[in-house]
Amino acid sequence: MKTLTLLTSGVALFAASFASANEDLMTRMDDASQWAIQTGDYANQRYSELDSINRENVGDLQVAWTFSTGVLRGHEGSPLVVGDTMFVHTPFPNIVYALDLNEDGKIKWRYEPKQDPNVIPVMCCDTVYRGVAYADGKIFLHQADTKVVALDSETGEVLWEAVNGDPSKGETNTATVLPVKDKVIVGISGGEFGVRGHVTAYNMETGEQEWRAYSMGPDEEILVDPENTTHLGEPVGENSGTNTWEGDQWMIGGGTTWGWYSYDPEADLIYYGTGNPSTWNPAQRPGDNRWSMTIMARDPDDGMAKWFYQMTPHDEWDFDGVNEMILTDQEVDGEARKLLTHFDRNGLAYTMDRLTGELMVAEKFDAAVNWTTGVDMDPESENYGRPAVVAEYSTEQNGEDVNSTGICPAALGTKDQQPASYSPKTELFYVPTNHVCMDYEPFRVSYTAGQPYVGATLAMYPAPESHGGMGNFIAWDNINGEIKWSIPEQFSVWSGALATAGDVVFYGTLEGYLKAVDSETGDELYRFKTPSGIIGNVMTYEHDGKQYVGILSGVGGWAGIGLAAGLTNPNDGLGAVGGYSALSDYTALGGQLTVFAIPD
Amino acid sequence: MTRPISLLLAAAACALSASALSAADAVSMDDPNIAVDYEEGGRYYTEDGIPTFNVAEDGTVDWPTFSGFRRYHAECHVCHGPDGEGSTYAPALKNSALEMDYYDFVDVVVNGRQKVGAADNSVMPAFGTNPNVMCYLDDIYTYLKAHGSGAIGRGRPAQKEAKSDTFSEMEDACMGS
Ligand code: HEC
Repeated sequence: MKTLTLLTSGVALFAASFASANEDLMTRMDDASQWAIQTGDYANQRYSELDSINRENVGDLQVAWTFSTGVLRGHEGSPLVVGDTMFVHTPFPNIVYALDLNEDGKIKWRYEPKQDPNVIPVMCCDTVYRGVAYADGKIFLHQADTKVVALDSETGEVLWEAVNGDPSKGETNTATVLPVKDKVIVGISGGEFGVRGHVTAYNMETGEQEWRAYSMGPDEEILVDPENTTHLGEPVGENSGTNTWEGDQWMIGGGTTWGWYSYDPEADLIYYGTGNPSTWNPAQRPGDNRWSMTIMARDPDDGMAKWFYQMTPHDEWDFDGVNEMILTDQEVDGEARKLLTHFDRNGLAYTMDRLTGELMVAEKFDAAVNWTTGVDMDPESENYGRPAVVAEYSTEQNGEDVNSTGICPAALGTKDQQPASYSPKTELFYVPTNHVCMDYEPFRVSYTAGQPYVGATLAMYPAPESHGGMGNFIAWDNINGEIKWSIPEQFSVWSGALATAGDVVFYGTLEGYLKAVDSETGDELYRFKTPSGIIGNVMTYEHDGKQYVGILSGVGGWAGIGLAAGLTNPNDGLGAVGGYSALSDYTALGGQLTVFAIPD
Repeated sequence: MTRPISLLLAAAACALSASALSAADAVSMDDPNIAVDYEEGGRYYTEDGIPTFNVAEDGTVDWPTFSGFRRYHAECHVCHGPDGEGSTYAPALKNSALEMDYYDFVDVVVNGRQKVGAADNSVMPAFGTNPNVMCYLDDIYTYLKAHGSGAIGRGRPAQKEAKSDTFSEMEDACMGS
């Protein structure tokens, strides 16, 4: 009898926590004093209602406290604040610290996983990690080696572990996870190793795998309903994940899922994008290579796809489609619409109806973008939704062993994963961007499991005939598809932005500055140079009635590798050699959290 | 594909210790680790039989060095930075190619190397089974040496010798096609 009561009470507990998991997290996301999820909220707006730091006083900002993470590598993502605890993560080895905000950031617990260092080189560019997630009293750590760990948020004790991928085949992780309802949604990296991308749901209580949706492959593996899953309003049909590939190439087809995820609780859909098809040599994979480079809307309960939109069919430039999908409710032509806005690596910003997958706007968010003349917006056209490729910049049309020059943007995209923010007050998006172009020469490569599978040689340089810098920080109007204002930056802006109700937008720079600008005009209001270059995302929280702004410094990632020695246009000839602007002249490795406040 | 790799491994095993060069010093083209002694099938060698580069007065580079530029920027630059200049993640190979003995250089690429436990965990992967690297390792080495010694600048070499038939044959045999 005793067992039975135990069991029933166990079941009751279970049910209670199931129902509350999502609500608990949603309540915390709605509470501006906490920063309960990496993306600010499910909509990925990275907007805070806090306004005690504002346009008038932000110039008085000072450092309140700092914390060294003990790791010197690229620090992406941001801390979380849940209740009175701050959770700080590090790049490999992926340490997690729980800091007690009531005791000046005293370390409540720390967790350091043991990982095989052989995963490090498989991670491609640096050992970055975009941070932990919280839900239902648990911290979810997704390690570089793809192990997903649930930790008790009070004690740091391991509650469960699940292994999501195989690093010996090139599967690794850099992304955060998305807790939704009773599940944790998890992606994978490794497109440069011929990994076939997938998204997987684990049970939040037990760590058991519930479903997995591949980016390409047979219908039952990509979780589509050939009749009801749509692409621009049309059913995708049978075998859509294999019939635009030649032979078995889809098995090593890429389309990895290492970006940010968003969720619309009302529509009950999760949104994310898939990465580049593998290899970078387009001649080795004829066809559209579906569903790489695709925005996906799926049901979180069973993974079934509602709609897809492939932005860059048959990629020829490594324009991964993984960047965040920002969900907003805005008025368009007098009508209330549920929108999804996405700033793609390919240099186009897309505005879509997030319920139906209808394409509403597709415009360049950097005037330098030249590989396409634009997207066919005519629903009657057979090329509806396709970008028109400019022959001169087509690495496919120019062919293997030919160097295509002057392509904008470069492979790192007009924007990479560094997330934009949205202010409902201004209805503007604040977007950290790259302003870099490239030469790209594809050639034949052979596949070896666990070895890089790239197949192209690249040279990158600042966008020619522009301000000479490698980045811009822009304000974007997603309804008219226009840049409102643009701040030129010397280096790519690789830091996630934060907009607040105080009419201020924050972002970091690769030299290490935390900057605050006016959300209406872009005028600079504040800057402070932190110990190392910033590739982390700005966050804000309130403690004891006081607003704080936090940012991780620690240069690295793809930006630290590409820009360390500086870039210049090889086509400019020798005269330009003096023009290198080397990041290594401004900053060195680091790993530090800096927290700012207005002095009392 | 097996043959060149086992050859390289054997070469790495009986590593000689040649005199190390400091890259900071100006490098003379007469340096025995650089000076061309003979050419064979479009590839140039020092008197010790170590692969080296050949840059003509008008800037034309030998084909293997050009090939090395391409392969470096496909396989190595994601960690070591553009043009072998180094990055926040890995050392500047344009210097390593001069400072390191050829066989040590090859050994690191074949077998990898780790410095783990430090705050900046550092792992050079083993490429011994990767034909995209192993078939072009001498090319990459001479390219880095050419850039490190200042014989060629940053970026893509403007002019190159034609690919020799010997080079094509060896490439096809190595890549298995
Ligand atoms: C995944 C990242 C990564 C890639 C890709 C990579 N390397 Fe490395 N490499 C490293 C790191 C990190 C080190 C430093 C290791 C250490 O600290 O011992 C290193 C060290 C080396 C060294 C020793 C340098 C010295 O001065 O001691 C050589 C030689 C080398 N790499 C060659 C190459 C070549 C050639 C390629 C391309 C075929 C390549 N590496 C690709 C990360 C990488």
